[in-house]
This record gives sequence, C-alpha cells and structure tokens, in this order.
Amino acid sequence: MLLHRYATFVAASTVLLIVAGGLVTSTGSGLSVPDWPTSYGWSMFTFPLKNMVGGIVYEHSHRLIASSVGVFTIALAVWLWRAEPRRWVRGLGFAALGAVVLQGVLGGVTVLFFLPTAVSTAHAGLAQIFFCLTVAIALVTSPGWRSAPANGWVDDPVLRRTATATTALVYAQILVGATMRHSDAGLAIPDFPLVFGGLVPPQWTPGIAIHYAHRIGALIVLAGISTTSGRVWSRHRNRTELRRPAGLLVALVLVQILLGGLIIWTRKDVAINTAHVITGALVLATSLVLTLRSYRTRFGDAVASTARAPRTLAPELDRSGARA
Amino acid sequence: MPSPRLLSLPLMLTLAAAACGGNKPATPSGQEQPKAAPIDPATVATIKGKVTLDGTPPANAAIKMNADPYCLTANKTPQTQETYMVGKSGELGNVFVYISDGLGDRTFDAPKDPVVIDQQNCRYHPHVMGLMVGQPLQILNSDSTLHNIHALPTKNAEFNTGQPIKGMKTDHVFTAAEQMVPFKCDVHGWMNAYAGVMSHPFFAITGDDGTFTIKGLPPGTYKLTAWHEKAGTQTADITLAAKDEKENNFTFKVPSS
Repeated sequence: MLLHRYATFVAASTVLLIVAGGLVTSTGSGLSVPDWPTSYGWSMFTFPLKNMVGGIVYEHSHRLIASSVGVFTIALAVWLWRAEPRRWVRGLGFAALGAVVLQGVLGGVTVLFFLPTAVSTAHAGLAQIFFCLTVAIALVTSPGWRSAPANGWVDDPVLRRTATATTALVYAQILVGATMRHSDAGLAIPDFPLVFGGLVPPQWTPGIAIHYAHRIGALIVLAGISTTSGRVWSRHRNRTELRRPAGLLVALVLVQILLGGLIIWTRKDVAINTAHVITGALVLATSLVLTLRSYRTRFGDAVASTARAPRTLAPELDRSGARA
Repeated sequence: MPSPRLLSLPLMLTLAAAACGGNKPATPSGQEQPKAAPIDPATVATIKGKVTLDGTPPANAAIKMNADPYCLTANKTPQTQETYMVGKSGELGNVFVYISDGLGDRTFDAPKDPVVIDQQNCRYHPHVMGLMVGQPLQILNSDSTLHNIHALPTKNAEFNTGQPIKGMKTDHVFTAAEQMVPFKCDVHGWMNAYAGVMSHPFFAITGDDGTFTIKGLPPGTYKLTAWHEKAGTQTADITLAAKDEKENNFTFKVPSS
C-alpha cells in the first residue's frame, strides 16, 4: 500500500511538472535561462533565489521540479526493483526512469538549440509517456488492481479495442497539439468554433494546417471517447472501476474542448493555455486507466506466470498474499 | 568613411558581381570583371531626408514590469514600447534607412569600434541600431538584474547570451548582411530591439525629428530603403552626381492592423 501511495505521489508530482512545463511555453520563457545544465553559470541547485525574476521564474522552477521528479523516479524504480514481485511492473519502473532521464536531456537540447519545433514537440510527447508510466505504476500497485472483484474482471474485447484506440487517438492528438504549440500556430486560425468564418480554411499554410488538424483531431477524439464511454455505460454500468473513468473522461474532454475555444477567444491567455495542456494530460491518463482496466483479465494470467517472491521486505504485499 | 578594399581573386570578383547584380555581367570566357572605381572623396554625395507617418498610430503598449522588482524600481515613470516614436508633425523616429542596391562589387572595411547595445533599466538602448558585417556588437548589462539577449537572425547564427552580473560585456560579430535582426530578452518579455547588419557604411537611423543623413556616397544610381518595425518598408530610386546633396523623403501610412 505504501508503494502505491508513493507511486501516486510521483504521478501527482508529474502533473505539477507538466503544469510547470506548460507555463514555460505559455509565457514564452523557454530561453530565459540560456545555458544548460547550468543556470547562468550556477549549478541548478545553487542558483540564487533572488535571481528568480521574469521568465526565469518559470524556466528555472521547471528545471527544479523536473530534477525533483527525477529523484522521485529513481527512488520509485529502486523501490519497485527491490519490493515488486511482478517483473513487468519492475520494468515499468525502469522505463519511467529511462524516460525521465531522456526527458531531461531533451529539455536541455531544446534550450541549447533555441527550441527547435521537433525537439520541443518530442519533449512534450515524452512528458506524456512518462506521465502515463507513473499513472500505470500507481494503478497496477493499487489494492483495487490486485484484488479481484466478487463478480470477476470484465472481459469485453470490444471495450478493449475501443479503449485502446481512444488512448492512441488522444496521444496522437496531444502530439498534434504540441506541434501546433511549438510552431507558434495556436492562433493561426483566429476564430472558434468556426474557421475563418466557415468550416474549412480558405487558404493553407503549415500553421493553419497543423491548427486545423488539431481541431479535426478533437472531433475524432470526442467520437472515440463517446464510443468507449458509451460502451461502458451500455454494457458495464454496474462496474464502478470502469464507469468512473468513463464518466470522468467525458467530462474532461468537454472541458478540454471548451478550454481550446477559450484559448482562441482570450488570444492565448497564459492560465487557460496551461490548463489546456494539463487537461490534455489528464484526458490521456484517464483513458489509459480505463484501457488498462479493460485489459485487467489479461494481466491476471500474465502476473500469475511471472510472479516471484519479493527480494526484500514488502509487508503490504506479503500480508495481502496477492500476487496478481 | 572607410576606404574601399578590392578583392584580389578574379574568381571572387566574378561571383561577387553576379551575386550583387554588378553593372556588367560575367563574360563567357571568364575574364576578370572591371572593378568598381575607388571612391574619390572629392566627388562623394549626400542623401538627406525626413520620414513621416501619415495617420494617427495606436498608442504604444504600456509595459508592466512587475515580473522583476528591480525593473519596477529602476523606472520612475510609466514605460511604453517604442513602436511608434512620432513627433508633433508626424516625424517618425527609429526608422532604419539604408542603401539596398547600387554599390556594385565594392567592399568596405568594418569599423573596429563596437556598436554598443546597453541593457539599462530593463530596456534596450538603442531600440534600433545599425552595424557592419565584421564590426563588433558589444552587449552590455548595466542593470543589477539578469538579462539574456536573444538574437533571432535568419541569415546569421542565432545566439542567446546570458548576462547575470551588472557590468558584463559580451562581443558578438555578425558574418552576413541582414536587415533586420530582432533581439529580445526572454527574462523580460517587453524588451526588444532591431539591428540592421550591413555590408557597407551607408545607413542611418532617424531621430526624434524623423531626419536622416547618409554621406560619402560615390556618384551613381541607388535604391534607398526605409524600414520601420510596424509600418513596413519603402524603397526609392535615387541618382547622385558628383558632390550632389539630394533630399528624399518617405511617408509611411499607419498599418490597418
């Protein structure tokens, strides 16, 4: 239970990290600290607080929070390696560690090369993968994951397919959004919900194209989430572990579309812009949770076949006697 | 005025003439091109003029310096952007005026003295500047706060230099002519400036009275270009005889948006 709580803490810290990263981009502060891994020549951790002014507040805070999350992730990976009996869960810990290290390097590279769109977009995309890894670890170490319900796990192939497709669509949509954001195309289409007063842009530029793709992507994601949630609502309404994320997913995506419109109407207000980033991450995480739970019956077999004794003390696991 | 320096290699002369639109095209046989005549100081001409703005510009945006307490205390009066520096009769300042064509294959030594851009009271001084390729740009931080100066050229290498300590100086040299190179400070988002990087010394920046003077031009026919950060660019053709002193005025209109 303690490990699950800690994993949840790491996931929550990652939410804060994504907010900080979103603020860096929303405020245009990405290059306010021109060097990396140092900050104006100081070590990141000895940079004087009195110098935290202007854009440095956002960029340097992002670096400090990222470093902290990195340390938290090291601890999580070590904890999993020593206490977690399931090999694939230990693998998730190491994957998260690798992702956060690579993420830090990408963050440095994008600063040193003046925020190239490809690198900044990769940085944004990997952030979501890292967040998903921490959420997945928190989920699969939870008591709810390990204790089978009285009526067994849901085994619905259609739900698995739609949920998987929806999660993939959400991630693709986030990548398109990140590309739009880092190529400064957020206002390439200046009106909402219409597009230059119509439904299709009257002219095309790379900025308009990526912006329009993001809007079309939002409709596709909405359709995917509606399909998945509709499936849960129609077939598994009595299953709390599915109904809750499905309902949350619908609420989040509606909020997300509203935030997208507000970004246009407020001409990229910093708070709204950042809220759009973090809500996108929450949509992805919620969709992932729903997807993983739809696969829970499959995980049960995999866990049973790879179960092994914990390497060190893991009282919470021992007491439960659960290995799945 | 710098003395002309002639290229020594025939091949380079041929390439330069082709690239700069020299008066005489390269001969098929690849023979050496006639070099531009050295500038005779006794015959040089002058262009003078005034730049004005037609219409009422929008008020310059107010600057909120709350992000940095130092900047807030360093400025005792309300600060605004320098987008439109307009006199009572429409005289337009901060316009970069330069010869954009007509010098042929002449080359000019860059001055060794640097052009200084000073970060003072969380503003750039000057807001618009000109310098030559190869001439040092000295970046100075006169503030007791951190600045980064971030240049966003398209023909030169981008750079982003941090200056965390008051009194720091950093020299930078541009390697290619480019009009105009924007500068910004990512720490203080309101700080912006522009530099015209020239291959010759024939440029000027209008002052508060909107006037400019370009001296030392050899007789010839030139394109004279005026650039303003919001109002855009205008070009005029002008022919100068020996010792001419001609006037060429520009009138910009306030952009619709």
